[in-house]
Amino acid sequence: MCTTCGCGGSKKRFAGRLSKKSRSGTGLQYRAYGSGIKASETGLPAHADGTLDFGAGAAGAHAPGISQARMVRIERDILAKNNDYAMENRDDFTCRAIFALNLVSSPGSGKTSLLVKTIAALKDAMPIAVIEGDQQTDNDSARIRAAGAPALQINTGKGCHLDAHMVAQAVQRLDMQPRSLLLIENVGNLVCPAGFDLGEAHKVVILSVTEGEDKPLKYPDMFRAAGLMLLNKCDLLPYLEFDVELAIGYARRINPELKVICISAVSGEGMAQWLEWIENGCRYAQTLQQSNAEPKALLG
Amino acid sequence: MHEMSLAESIVQILEDAAREQGYVRVRTVWLEIGQLACVEQESLRFCFDLVTRDGIAHQARLEIIEKAGQGRCLACLAEMAMAAPYGVCPVCGSQNLQVTGGDQMRVRELEVE
Repeated sequence: MCTTCGCGGSKKRFAGRLSKKSRSGTGLQYRAYGSGIKASETGLPAHADGTLDFGAGAAGAHAPGISQARMVRIERDILAKNNDYAMENRDDFTCRAIFALNLVSSPGSGKTSLLVKTIAALKDAMPIAVIEGDQQTDNDSARIRAAGAPALQINTGKGCHLDAHMVAQAVQRLDMQPRSLLLIENVGNLVCPAGFDLGEAHKVVILSVTEGEDKPLKYPDMFRAAGLMLLNKCDLLPYLEFDVELAIGYARRINPELKVICISAVSGEGMAQWLEWIENGCRYAQTLQQSNAEPKALLG
Repeated sequence: MHEMSLAESIVQILEDAAREQGYVRVRTVWLEIGQLACVEQESLRFCFDLVTRDGIAHQARLEIIEKAGQGRCLACLAEMAMAAPYGVCPVCGSQNLQVTGGDQMRVRELEVE
């Protein structure tokens, strides 16, 4: 039925073809992708030969000043653009055998202190670069540079997470060596960074024992997205009523595959295990690079 | 407030599609949001209204089609409905569950002119 005047019966044509679907009651038409209609500069549909077709709108007829609404099916993921950038980052990291980690936690879990200790322990064994995400200040990147690794600060302003495009730009500026370890310290936030892939090999979630054991249940998305949980500040356990087994149990209820290391940047407990986990990851990145390069070499 | 960047991504999708499809105004946006997606619907509506001011989607209506969470038990392969991204298998009691649906965030369809 014509939605302009109510007349019925006429079959709608789109670029010379009969429309396939129509919505009963609404008078609106679905239009197939790439049906050949191109917009003229005035926003009206036009045929390839330049004819303006005023019958091609949803109403099937034109009345001055009355618009012709139509339906467009687009089926696009809201995060598609971020995921495209993340894929590009991941390809770049694979090509250069860079092992990238996305460190996520709430503010104050001890991420930066842990990074400083990690850099001190590994800087002679491998090239390391750090991307620091915070809403404001470059305090953290200054701490990392003092520890002996190049660091780039991203201030997100009002943003609550890093996204893959920010990381791509930071990686360009960092001028990283092949076979590097890239540590990305995300904005302190257990909610938003969960949904944004940066192209990292793993998300590492840091939970400190000064927080509640039930944080994994309260923020399940982050613990589901992570591959490793570092239970930090374990040197404080004698002074707290924190139940380690309960916290790990909650985390594994969300993510049964989650690896857990109890660690303390202050006492050094668990550091050896964490460093070994990183070194294994770096070796895997190098294997991945080789297996990725070989088919190309055969083709080329 | 990552809903703000999600809302901005939606606007970008609308603007990209406007160039491809040749429309100048968006009247209604249908989103498909899974029950297990990391998004707060009310917050997304609020942000959507903010970021669409003065653009092609000014005063556009936002319709959210909610999709139920679905999962599979990796131990006994039973399929089940999931209200949270974790749970216990009603058949075998395993906690080793995998989300198989209802975590999507997509722009499905538009009413445009």
